[in-house]
Amino acid sequence: MASNGIRDRVAIVGMGCTPFGEHWDRDPGDLLVEASQAAFASAGVTRDDVDAYWVGTLGSGESGLTLSQPLKIANKPVTRVENYCATGSESLRMACYAVASGAYDVAMATGVEKLKDSGFSGLTMSPRPSDGTATETTAPAGFSRIVPAYAAKYGVDPDELKDAITHIAWKNHRNGSLNPLAHFRREVSKDAIACSPLVAGALGIMDCSGVSDGAAAAIVVHAEDAERYTDRPIYVKGLALAAGSGTGAMDRSYDHTTFPEVVASAADAYQQAGLDDPRADLMLAEVHDCFTPTEMVLMEDLGFAERGHAWKEVLAGTFDLDGVLPVNPDGGLKSFGHPIGASGLRMLYECWLQLRGEAGERQISNGRTMALTQNLGGGPGHAVSFVSVVGSQPSA
Amino acid sequence: MTDARGIIGYGVHLPIHRLDRGDIGRALGRPVGHGSRTVASFDEDAVTMATTAGLRALSAIPGIAVDRLLFATTSPPLADRTNATDIHAALGLDESAAAFDLVGSVRSGVAAVRAALDADGTVVVTTGDVRTGRPQSADEAEGGDAAAALVIGSGEGVVAELLADATVTVPVRYRWRRPGESTASTWEERFGEHALVEPTVRAIAAALKQAQLELAGVDHLIVTGTHARAARRVASAVGADDALVDDLSASVGNAGTAHPWLLLGNVLDRAEPGAVVALVTVTEGADVQIWRATPALADGRAAPTVAAQLVRGRPVDYLTYLTWRGFLARQPPRRPDPVPPAPPPSLRHADWKFGFVAGRCSSCGERNVPPQEVCFACGAVGAMTDERLASERGTITTFSIDRLAYSLHPPVVTAVVDLDGGGRTDLEITDAVPEDIAVGDRVSFAFRIKHQADGVPNYFWKAIPEREAD
Repeated sequence: MASNGIRDRVAIVGMGCTPFGEHWDRDPGDLLVEASQAAFASAGVTRDDVDAYWVGTLGSGESGLTLSQPLKIANKPVTRVENYCATGSESLRMACYAVASGAYDVAMATGVEKLKDSGFSGLTMSPRPSDGTATETTAPAGFSRIVPAYAAKYGVDPDELKDAITHIAWKNHRNGSLNPLAHFRREVSKDAIACSPLVAGALGIMDCSGVSDGAAAAIVVHAEDAERYTDRPIYVKGLALAAGSGTGAMDRSYDHTTFPEVVASAADAYQQAGLDDPRADLMLAEVHDCFTPTEMVLMEDLGFAERGHAWKEVLAGTFDLDGVLPVNPDGGLKSFGHPIGASGLRMLYECWLQLRGEAGERQISNGRTMALTQNLGGGPGHAVSFVSVVGSQPSA
Repeated sequence: MTDARGIIGYGVHLPIHRLDRGDIGRALGRPVGHGSRTVASFDEDAVTMATTAGLRALSAIPGIAVDRLLFATTSPPLADRTNATDIHAALGLDESAAAFDLVGSVRSGVAAVRAALDADGTVVVTTGDVRTGRPQSADEAEGGDAAAALVIGSGEGVVAELLADATVTVPVRYRWRRPGESTASTWEERFGEHALVEPTVRAIAAALKQAQLELAGVDHLIVTGTHARAARRVASAVGADDALVDDLSASVGNAGTAHPWLLLGNVLDRAEPGAVVALVTVTEGADVQIWRATPALADGRAAPTVAAQLVRGRPVDYLTYLTWRGFLARQPPRRPDPVPPAPPPSLRHADWKFGFVAGRCSSCGERNVPPQEVCFACGAVGAMTDERLASERGTITTFSIDRLAYSLHPPVVTAVVDLDGGGRTDLEITDAVPEDIAVGDRVSFAFRIKHQADGVPNYFWKAIPEREAD
C-alpha cells in the first residue's frame, strides 16, 4: 500500500451541521457561519483558536475567501478544495493531514453547497470550452447504467433489481424520518417509490438524492490534545482517496457493476485502520447513495456483501437500521439531502453522533466502536472515491 | 468508352421519418394532399444527410483518391463559412482535396454535377436539403428531406456515362426565398407552367439530338424540378409514358437540390447495363442530361437502395415535425441551455470529432477511443496510430434513457458501445425507439447533430441500432 496513514494521530473534537434543505433565505456564507459556529461551540473553541481552514465547494464559491469573508477570518490559511461530490471529504482529509504533519495544532474542515439558487433540476456544472463530443449524460443517467449491466452480469430479473433499489430508497427515507436535520423527514411507501416518474433508465425521481442546500464543519486536533476539548473525541483511523484513470468509457474490462475507485480506496483505508472484517466490525457505514443503484453496488465494493449478492442482502434488510450493518442511518444523500461540498462532512457528522451516543431515536447500539464514511464523485467509469474509518477508541 | 466521364459511385440517404400528409390536414383542419414526405430527424441537417450519402457513394470504391468535394444545398446550416468543410472531414478526405459549397438555389445541385463532369480527376458531389414551408403550404406538404451523392470520375469504374447535356435558361421568377428565411414564396402556378414547359421541351430535343437518339431510345425518363405542374406538363408534352419514372412525390416529396440525383440513383439501383436514362430538371429553365448505364453498374450499385430505404419509414406526427423544424417552440426542461462547441478544441480534435478516428497504441495494440496522449492500457506516451471507425459496427454494453437531459426530442439515449475492431466508446443513440434498446444490441454509426446552440450545429457521431439502420 502506498499510504502510510495517520491512524489515531488526529481526532475530531467538534462538529456542526446545518439542516439540509431549501434555504431560500440563506447565502452559502450564512450556511458556513452556522455550521462553523456549531462546530466551534461543540469543541469549546473560538474562531481565533483555529490555525488553518479548508472549505469544500463544487460551485458555491471560489478560493478561501468563500469561508474567510463570511466568517471574517483575517489573514489565516484558508483553502478552497474541490473533488466532485467527494469535495466535503477532501476538505476533511486536508485538515487531518495538516494537523498530523505538525504544521498546525487546530484545523477546521468545512463544506457547503447552495444548489437551490440555480433554478435547474438536478445538479448542473458550468461547461468548459470543448470540442462538443463528450456524451452529455446527466448524473442519474450515468448511474442508471449500473442497472442493466448488473442485471445482465448476474442474471438478476430487472423487477427484482427494481425491488432492491426501491428498498434502499425506502430504508433511507425511513432513517431520515428520524433525523431532525434531514431535508426529507417522512417515510415513503415502497409503492410510491417504485411508481415515481422515471428520470433515467429504471430510476424514478425517488431513486435520486435530494437537491439541497447545507453546510457542515469539523474541528481537527492532535489526538493527544483531544481530551482537552471533549471527553468523547473520535479518532481518525484511516483516510483514503482514489481518483480513477477515468477510462471506463474506453476500457472494455470495465463492466459498470462496480466502482474500482471505491474498491481501491476501501482497501487503503481498511489497511490504514487495521480493519479486517468491515461487515462485522463497523458500527455503521455512511455511503454515497446519490442514486439507489450506487448504494447497492457500494455494498459489494466496500466488502459488506459478496459480488452479485448485494441486491439480495438489501432486500433481506442487512443494511436496515436494525440490520447486521446499518447503512446510512441518518437518511443518506437520499433523504438527508446532497449539498455537494457538505455531504462528506455530513456523513462524518452522523458517525460523530452515533459513536458518541448522541443519535437520539436512530441511535445504534451494537457494541462496535468504528464507523465508515464513503463519498464519491463522477460516475461509473470515471470516479473519485473517498473512504474514511473513524472510531471512538484509540488503538491499544 | 473508358475515356468517358461519368458516375463511378452513387449513394442516397432518406431519413427514417415520414410525415403523413393526412396528418397535416387533420391537424390544420384542411386537406393538403395524400401520401407522405420524408422528414429529417431533429439531429439531421443538409450536412449530416449529405455526409451519409457521401459515405455510401464512396463505400463501393474504397481507397479511391478524391480531388474535390462539392456540396450543393438550399438549406445551408451556416453562411460565409464553407459547409462542405465538415462533410470533407467526416468523409475522411485528404487535406489536399478541395471542398466547395454551391449554396442557395435548387439548380445548384445540377451545377455541382456539371462542374464535376467538366473537371478533371475524381470529384465527390454531395447534395442535401431540408425542405420546409409555412404550415399548411404546398411547400410544406410537397417538400421532402433527403441527400444524394455522386462520385464523378472516368475509367473502367464508370457505372453511368454522360451521353448528352443540354440546357436552357429563362429569367423567370416563379419561386424565391429571401436569404435567412426558411420558407419560400411562389407566383401563380400557371405562370410557371407558361414560362417553363416549352423551353424545357426544346432542351430535351437538343439533348436527344446531341446523343443521336430518338425519344423511343430512352429507357427511363425522369422529369423533376421546382415546379411540379410544369414538370408534369413536360412529361405529357414529350409523350414518353412508358419510360416515365415515378418522381417519388407521393413517398418522399421534392428534396430540392438532391431530388434529381435521388431519382437517378433509384433508376441506377435497378437499370440494366446499357439502359439510357434522360434526366430533366426544371428550375429557372431546364437541364437535360442523358446517361447510359455501363456493364460496370452490375457491380457498382449503391447500398442500401432507394427502394429499401422507402420501405423502412417510421411515422412522425405533425407537432413533432413542427418542433424539429423550429415552427413550434416548446417549453424546455429546467436545465442549462446547451453551449456551442469551442472552435479551438474542435479544430485540435477534428480527426475525432468529424472523422471519427480512434487511436491504436503501437506499443500494446489497445485501441483508445478517442485517441489518447497516454495509452489507457499500457501508459505508452504519444504512441497512437489513426483508425477510422465510420464504417465499423459495435455492440451496446450498457445504456441509459435520460429523461432529464435537454433535447429537441427527449429522452436522450446514451450507450457504452464496444467496437468490433477493439476499444469502447460512449455515444448517443439515434433513430431508435428507446423502449426497444437492449444490452447486446448491434449498432452502426452516423454523423449527426449532437445539439444546436446559438444557431450553430454541433456535429458528432452517434450510434444507430442495427434494426433501425439500413
